Amino acid sequence: MITIDRLQATAEELMRRAAIEIPDDYLTGLKAAAAAEDGDLSSFVLDAMLENYDAAKEDGRAMCGDTGCPRWYVKMGNEARIDGGPVALEAALRRATANATSAVPLRPNRVHPLWRTDHDNNVGIGAPEIEYGFEPGGDWIDLTTVHKGGLFGTDYRMLFPSDGIQGIKRFFLDSLVAFGKRGLACQPAIIGIGLGGSKDACMVLGKRAACLRVVGDRNPDPKIAALEDELKVLGNNIGMGAMGFVGKSMVIDCNIEVGYCHTGGMQMSVHAFCLSSRRAVARIHGDGRVEYRTNPDWFTDYQRRETVEWPQA
Amino acid sequence: MATGLRKIRLSTTPTDEALADLQIGDIVYLDGTIFTAREGVYMRVIEDGVDLPLDLPAVSAANFHCSPAATQHEDGSFALGAVTATASFRFSKWIGAWLAASGAKLIIGKGGMSPEDYRDHFVPHGAIYLTTVGYGTGALLGRGVKDVCDLYWRKELGLAQAMWVLKVENFGPFIVESDSQGNSLFERENTKIAANLDAAYEGTKPAVLKRFGETDDRKDELI
Repeated sequence: MITIDRLQATAEELMRRAAIEIPDDYLTGLKAAAAAEDGDLSSFVLDAMLENYDAAKEDGRAMCGDTGCPRWYVKMGNEARIDGGPVALEAALRRATANATSAVPLRPNRVHPLWRTDHDNNVGIGAPEIEYGFEPGGDWIDLTTVHKGGLFGTDYRMLFPSDGIQGIKRFFLDSLVAFGKRGLACQPAIIGIGLGGSKDACMVLGKRAACLRVVGDRNPDPKIAALEDELKVLGNNIGMGAMGFVGKSMVIDCNIEVGYCHTGGMQMSVHAFCLSSRRAVARIHGDGRVEYRTNPDWFTDYQRRETVEWPQA
Repeated sequence: MATGLRKIRLSTTPTDEALADLQIGDIVYLDGTIFTAREGVYMRVIEDGVDLPLDLPAVSAANFHCSPAATQHEDGSFALGAVTATASFRFSKWIGAWLAASGAKLIIGKGGMSPEDYRDHFVPHGAIYLTTVGYGTGALLGRGVKDVCDLYWRKELGLAQAMWVLKVENFGPFIVESDSQGNSLFERENTKIAANLDAAYEGTKPAVLKRFGETDDRKDELI
């Protein structure tokens, strides 16, 4: 049985880590981009970012003043039990979000869309988002928080089978060029792409591809993995770098996730996770042990299953 | 590596000579006092006619388009973490009246404003635009903030839209995006990048289903 106190304390620590500590996989990717960059202004920007990550860790302050919109991904092993049940879990995550907003501090970004009411704690109607996944076996809960930033860099389009790979490439480039100018997408970024599903599922897949997969990770389908590589190169050959200055650093990595869709369509979404790729993960075991990490490891074989039955279930 | 860039320390109440010397692409660090103001403050002053709560530009001629990651404790003291700019193009409708009302000479934000804003408003008011870097150097900028001097309109506008007055030292880096003649660094870079775009798009094709926006004629069919 996992206690609510343990859940809330872990969630508050995750909020702090996500805001302050750049994940190692993204840092390694950005260092590689900085080493390869030869545009003088783009290079200056990347070097300043690397210095900024150090300053954030040394000072214990958020990497970026816009600390994004905190959200939660909860994945439960099939044997996990929570003291108080899922309603208690959701209350703990809302408390952790509010507490961390004043403790870190984070920017109180969340407001009512019409009345602009701000509770100064990043909690409100539908905020923070809490999404769920399940895995066969295991008495653990994986808590992942993502503080995705940005009003810019995300788009959706209904493509069709006749658009093909050429159409996918076109929409990919359109998204990067549109939001890359003046650096509105806060590039170079992890670019997540959703293909298929329905409109809402496609957006969810693409956002998760950006936020829940790490730099260097590849889709298990070898042809999709090859497309990930190809799109990364394509994006970095636009001639645009950080802040929209001349350069070649747009894409730190490209992650694609797919879902089965209507036979007539090929939905596509593009999502840019920004220079402050805020994510932090912890596994809380049934015996109370907590293990922190930065890879959500969300997309398991089970999450991507395409069969009716699952052998372990 | 970035070697050829000029680095400059600038006062937040700069002289005309110091402003005239700045060139697009220069790296700037600020010393003095800055204040945050964005749409909440602009609407309150320009549309609602409320008087400015401090003596501008005497106290500061540096307007930061920013909502800090900050909180106010119950005893009135502040905890200020990271500070990062917000995208400025959204404030275009107020910027002319605001430069006149505030006397601001330095507009600091994310992503710059349009060439028309520079020509019609910035140049006549002797103002220039400084862009933040990254745009995520919030921790470095946070280090440059030495004190929270005042917080105005916190109740009326909320923490994010309130007017924060901050004492800063070696506060940066920023990049000069528009100079005293109204030249724009982003425009210059966009022009250079545009020359390569056809090559970058080679091997792609337009979508079979168009969208409004790709045609502005609402009588057009999109297929």
